[in-house]
Amino acid sequence: MFLTLFGLVLAVAVVCFFVGRSRAVAVSGANYSALHSLPSYHGWWLVLMAAGPAFAVLVFWSLVSPYLLRPMMLSQFAPQLTEFSAAQLDGFWRDIQAIAGGGTPGVRDAFREEAAAAYQSTNRLSLIAMVALMIVLGAVGFSYAWNAIAVHFRARHRVETAVKVFLAASATVAILTTVGIVMSLLFESLRFFTMVSPLDFLFGTTWTPQQMAFRTDQVGGTAAFGFIPLLTGTLLITFIAMMVAAPLGILAAIYLSDYASPKVRAVGKPVLELLAGIPTVVYGFFAALTVAPFIRNSGQSFGFDVSSESALAAGVVMGIMIVPFVSSLSDDVINAVPQSLRDGSAGLGATKSETIRRVVLPAALPGIVSALVLAVSRAMGETMIVVMAAGMAANLTINPLEAVTTITVQIGTLLTGDQEFDSPKTLAAFGLGLSLFVITLSLNLVALRVVNKYREQYD
Amino acid sequence: MNSLPSFETTAATSAVPTAAVHPKITGRNVNVFYGEKHAIKDVNVDIPERSVMAFIGPSGCGKSTFLRCINRMNDTISICRVTGDIRIDDKDIYDRSLDVVQLRARVGMVFQKPNPFPKSIYENVAYGPRIHGLVKSKSELDEIVETALKKASLWNEVKDRLQESGTGLSGGQQQRLCIARAIAVSPEVILMDEPCSALDPIATAKIEELIDELKQNFTIVIVTHSMQQAARVSQRTAFFHLGILVEEGTTDQIFTNPVDTRTRDYITGRFG
Repeated sequence: MFLTLFGLVLAVAVVCFFVGRSRAVAVSGANYSALHSLPSYHGWWLVLMAAGPAFAVLVFWSLVSPYLLRPMMLSQFAPQLTEFSAAQLDGFWRDIQAIAGGGTPGVRDAFREEAAAAYQSTNRLSLIAMVALMIVLGAVGFSYAWNAIAVHFRARHRVETAVKVFLAASATVAILTTVGIVMSLLFESLRFFTMVSPLDFLFGTTWTPQQMAFRTDQVGGTAAFGFIPLLTGTLLITFIAMMVAAPLGILAAIYLSDYASPKVRAVGKPVLELLAGIPTVVYGFFAALTVAPFIRNSGQSFGFDVSSESALAAGVVMGIMIVPFVSSLSDDVINAVPQSLRDGSAGLGATKSETIRRVVLPAALPGIVSALVLAVSRAMGETMIVVMAAGMAANLTINPLEAVTTITVQIGTLLTGDQEFDSPKTLAAFGLGLSLFVITLSLNLVALRVVNKYREQYD
Repeated sequence: MNSLPSFETTAATSAVPTAAVHPKITGRNVNVFYGEKHAIKDVNVDIPERSVMAFIGPSGCGKSTFLRCINRMNDTISICRVTGDIRIDDKDIYDRSLDVVQLRARVGMVFQKPNPFPKSIYENVAYGPRIHGLVKSKSELDEIVETALKKASLWNEVKDRLQESGTGLSGGQQQRLCIARAIAVSPEVILMDEPCSALDPIATAKIEELIDELKQNFTIVIVTHSMQQAARVSQRTAFFHLGILVEEGTTDQIFTNPVDTRTRDYITGRFG
C-alpha cells in the first residue's frame, strides 16, 4: 500500500514539475529573461508545494499509525485480554495483523478473527483519512504555488531554502541515530551497573560471566565481571598490532611517495590497498592456521612455552591488516607536503633521506598521527582475528605468548545464542561496549588535540 | 659534444668580451632534454665571479632550466638529461666523482615562491649548517645564524622572535629568510629563480638591494621576468629564446644596443 501511494505521489510530482515549468514559461510570455528564476525552478517549486506535504503525510502516518492502532485495538478488546501477559499481547497483536494481512498467524480462532476484522476496518478508515489529508494538502499547496508563479516570483530562492532544509534534515538524521545508539548503550549499561557494581567491573581482575546460573534453581558458580583482563588483552593485542603496522605502514608510505618510480608506485599502491579489502575472517584463519602454529613451533625451538593461541599471533596478523590504513593515509599526507619544501632542502645540499627525516616527516606529522590513531581505533574494534587466533580465555597477562581475549570478542560471545535481556551476563556486553566506546573516543580526542597543536605550529 | 658553429653560439661568443674578471662558471655546448623535448640547445656562457648575471627571456625559453643545471637540481627529474660541459672553477660539475650534495652546498638556490621549512626561523637558517656538520657547538651555530640573517638584512626584524615559525613571516621576509638559509652554508654561488615574482614592490626593492650587497661576496645568477629588475641588479645579462642563448653581454649593452633583432624586439616589448 505504501509503495503504491509513494509511486502515485512521485507521479504527481513529475507532472507538477512540468506543469510548473510550462506555467512559468506562459506567464513570462515565452520570454525567459524576464523571469527572475529559470522555468525549471518554478517546476521544482510546484513539486515541493504540491507533492511535498503529501509525501510528508504519507511517511509520517505510515510510521505513526501502528503505534496508535495497537492501543486502540487492545483497549477495544480489553475485557478478553485481561489474562494475557505482555508477550502474549505481542503475539495476539502479530496474529491479528497476520490474519488481516492474509499471512499465517500463530493462532487462529474466532476471537482473533473478530479482532482482525475490527483491525482491518479501523486500518482502512485510517488509510482513507490519510489519503484524504494528502489530497487536501496537495491541492491547497498546488493552488497556492500555482498562483504564486509570476515573472518576479523568486522561485530559485525558495528552492534553495528547501534544498538547505533537506540537507540539514539528512545531517540531523545521521546525528540523531548516533545519539540514539550512544543513549541505548548508556541506558543498558546503567541497567548492568545496577546489578554489578561499577567498581567490581572496572577494577575486578577475573572475568567469568559464563558461570552465571541461568535459572534460580540451577547450581551455578560465581560469575565475576572484572573488566581488567579484557582491557589488558585488548591493549596488548593493539600494542603488538601497532608495533607491526606503524613502522611498516609509515616506511612503506615513505618509499611509495618519495623513492618509488612512478611505475612501482602505480602497481604498489593499489596492491597495498588491496590488503584492506581482504575480509577480516580470512586474516583470522591465516592467523590461526599459519601464523599461530609458526610462532608456537619457533617459540618451542627456542625453548619458550607458547600456547597454540597467542596474543602475538593475533597482534601480528592484525598489524598486517592495518598496514594499508597507515600507509595509504600517510602516503596521502606525505604527498601533500609541497614539492617546494623538498626542493628547498635539496637545494641546500640535503640528501633524500635527510630531507625526508628533517623536513617532510615533521611537516606531515599531524596527518601521520591521525592515521595512526585511526589504526588504533580499528585495531581495538577488531574481533574476528582475535576470536580465531588469540582465544577466549580471559587471562590477565602481558605475556604475548599466552592466550588472551579482548573486549570485542567477549561482547560477541555474550550476545551469541539465546539470551535473556535482563541477566547481567547479557547486559555486561553493553558495559563492555560503553567502555570500548569511551576508550576510542578519548583516544580520538587526544589525537585531535595533538594534531591541532602541531598544525598551529606548522602552517 | 662537437661544437657546430651555429648562429647562436657565434652570437653568444661574439658578444662576450674577454671578461675582466675570471669566469666562475662556464657552460659549453649545454643541451637539456626532457624526454623527447629539447629544452636547451647548445648554450655557451661565461659567468664572472662576484657579480650578478641575469637570465631574461619569455616563459618557457629555458632560462630556469639552465639555472637548475648549475646546481644539478634537474637530477631530481627522472626524464631530464643534460649533455655538454658545465664547470665551476674549472671543475666539471657533472663529473662522476663529484658529489652532488657538496656541489649544492657550494651553489645555493633561492626559489620562485618563498619556501621556508615549517620550522622556527632559527631552525630554518641552522638547517644547512647542521646537515653539513659545519658547526661543533651551539654558540658557533648561533653565530652563523646571526651572521646569515644579518647578511640577508633580516636580523633586525626577527632577532626577538627566532623561535617563531618561519612560515609566519610576510612574503618578503620569508624570501629573505630563504636567502639567509642559503647564505648560512657559505656557498660561492647563489642561484635565484625569479625570487621576486611572488612579492610586492616594496619587498622586491628590499631583495634587489640585498642582491646588490651580496655580489661583493657571492657569484649570483638570477632568472627574472622583469627586464627592469635585470637592468637594476645585474652587471651582465643573457637573453634566452626557445632554448637558445640568443645574446649575452654587459647589461648596459644588452639594454641599449642589442645586436640581435630578437633581443631588441623582446627588450622593446614587442613579444614575450
